[in-house]
Amino acid sequence: MTTEPAATGGADHDPDDDTLLDRVFDAVGERPDLLLEIFHAVQHARGYVDAALVPRIADRLNLSRADVHGALSFYPDFARTAAPRHVLKLCRAEACQSVGAVALAEHARTRLACDFHEAAADGRVLLEPVYCLGNCACAPAVMLDDELHGRVDNARLDALLDDLGSDGA
Amino acid sequence: MSTRVYIARDAAARSVGADRVATALAAAATAAGRDVDIVRTGSRGLLWLEPLVEVETPAGRVAYGPVDAREVAALVTAGLLDGAPHALNVGPIERHPYFAGQERVVFARCGLDQPTDLDACVARGGFRGLRRALEMAPGAVVDAVRDAGLRGRGGAGFPTGIKWRTVLDQQHPRKYIVCNADEGDSGTFSDRMLMEGDPYCLIEGMIIAAHAVGASQGYVYLRSEYPDAHRTLADAIARARAAGYLGADVLGSGLAFDIDIRLGAGAYICGEETSLLDSLEGKRGQVRAKPPLPAIEGAFGCPTVVNNVITLASVPAIAEHGAAWYHDHGTGRSRGTLPLQLAGNIRHGGLVEKAFGVTLRELLYDYGGGSLSGRPIKAVQVGGPLGAWLPEAAFDTPIDYEAFVAAGGMLGHGGIVVVDDTMNMADMARYAFEFCAIESCGKCTPCRIGSTRGVEVVDRLRAGDRREASLELLHDLCHTMRNGSLCALGGLTPDPVESALKHFPEDFALHPATGATGTTG
Ligand SMILES: Cc1cc2nc3c(=O)[nH]c(=O)nc-3n(C[C@H](O)[C@H](O)[C@H](O)COP(=O)(O)O)c2cc1C
Ligand code: SF4
Ligand code: FES
Repeated sequence: MTTEPAATGGADHDPDDDTLLDRVFDAVGERPDLLLEIFHAVQHARGYVDAALVPRIADRLNLSRADVHGALSFYPDFARTAAPRHVLKLCRAEACQSVGAVALAEHARTRLACDFHEAAADGRVLLEPVYCLGNCACAPAVMLDDELHGRVDNARLDALLDDLGSDGA
Repeated sequence: MSTRVYIARDAAARSVGADRVATALAAAATAAGRDVDIVRTGSRGLLWLEPLVEVETPAGRVAYGPVDAREVAALVTAGLLDGAPHALNVGPIERHPYFAGQERVVFARCGLDQPTDLDACVARGGFRGLRRALEMAPGAVVDAVRDAGLRGRGGAGFPTGIKWRTVLDQQHPRKYIVCNADEGDSGTFSDRMLMEGDPYCLIEGMIIAAHAVGASQGYVYLRSEYPDAHRTLADAIARARAAGYLGADVLGSGLAFDIDIRLGAGAYICGEETSLLDSLEGKRGQVRAKPPLPAIEGAFGCPTVVNNVITLASVPAIAEHGAAWYHDHGTGRSRGTLPLQLAGNIRHGGLVEKAFGVTLRELLYDYGGGSLSGRPIKAVQVGGPLGAWLPEAAFDTPIDYEAFVAAGGMLGHGGIVVVDDTMNMADMARYAFEFCAIESCGKCTPCRIGSTRGVEVVDRLRAGDRREASLELLHDLCHTMRNGSLCALGGLTPDPVESALKHFPEDFALHPATGATGTTG
């Protein structure tokens, strides 16, 4: 990723981290089998899962740091550095390809001036590939910040991205 | 009196504007001085008609679609709220040819009511199968599932009754029911539609499974790409618990069983059952060697039933109507119904639940209406990204596990991806390798490294670089992956590759000098 870690995430013993983890453990539970749920909750609250949290999560769950890091790095969903405010997931799988997803991806990369796994030139949108969103009868499909869109052509993609601009984000 | 209107809240319907249509309809009705009651339902499965609006009339539910939010006001003026004729009026869905020919068993209730309305579900026969099953001994339920001939709908088609018998026979204080809702295959969405449209059907199936094998805890391992399904399922589980279908004493039967949802995190391999189980335990989702079978040593080392959403959701009908009734549907060793999913370049994309035996051609043309582009259908991929590409010559293959194997393919989860004659099949072969490289769990070398080599070999082949040698290398590579991989990701990736090469060799011919492969990233 091309973005810098956020200032809040860099410090070694950030009291914010403890507050965040307390809140997450309270809501999700404090068991090793809930590790993915814990990551999801942290990411939901902060936008990414900071490496500084790994030793703390490991201590609280009685796991090794290697275990926690290993799981964190295995899953594509979890960002480990501060992510742009918006994420555009563009489906690259077969059904979407059959109705123009390759050209749509090309358009997205040109418009955002970035490649997959990178942030747009303006730093506000992260472009991620995804392999099927379960919307294969209304392809091509994209997901913009948890909102699914179907039958997306270049014009619709532009409109979706233009709308991001209008909310001042 | 208020007029009842039904609009799907299914993610596919919402993805093409169903929410905007609902908002516009409420506004247009108010403007027209009409009182409307808008019920947000699951989708009926005629996805090319979404957003679909159904209006309750004295003559039944009349449907309009696809409706654009900007046309709603005009539609209301034209009499939509009274079921008036219009170019978009497609009549009652039950009489639509796409729907009328279906055999809706699993999806019988999907699209009719608000999906988490428990009273509505029960009024349509929900949980009748569970009540019958609870009156039966666990072994008798397992026998019914075996006699019904139900096979796993997640991919491998393994007999469900045999799996359940193994778990029932384990003497263990703790057993689990794990529902595989990872649905990662391109071209598939039946799990999603069921969880969003009739979540109680899945919950009921899981409770019956728990009773049958003696499990006390269930998990739904749900892919994170399905936020709508997550919300609906969580709501339904909470309501089922409050109504006594889940908890310490299910319907007063003495059965203790509850269900939790666990979210995946974007890894395709976590659909493979052993990888799924590791992920469920909060670990990296790496494939485990079998044995031990999950049925003997599954989640947290305990005997575990791992079944696909549709497998579990097929069980209530078996419990309610009996094994013989279910077995009467289908053909050969493929019994019951399969919700097929028509996807990709197809005019009438959507969900078609049929008894086994319907042919690919009937699905593609009678239901699907041919390609969306209007161009000739070149090939279809059935069974997800690991399924073979089948050419026109194979379109008379019936939907049947064994027939598909004989045709060199696999039925898998019943997804059918259609491509037209503009698609270059070498692109698809390259993509199959690329997908395998991206999603490999990394445990075996042929899968992890071989897939990346495969991309390079396809590129070299198309560049005309030592063609004979490249072809030989490609087949060697496929052979190694097939024989040296622990699971089907590495083991079956050669199927889409070699089928593309076999049926469409011309697509692998010397590539135009542009070097563009059509596949990017
Ligand atoms: C790479 C790979 C991916 C899989 N993905 C899924 C999936 O997304 N959903 C599913 O139900 N089964 C999937 N399976 C099959 C499961 O391993 C397992 O066979 C299935 O969950 C068993 O349930 P069933 O007997 O009800 O089909 C996958 C298998 C492999 C090898
Ligand atoms: S074949 Fe690939 S995905 Fe399957 S276990 Fe081996 S490395 Fe993992
Ligand atoms: S292939 Fe793109 S949504 Fe399924």
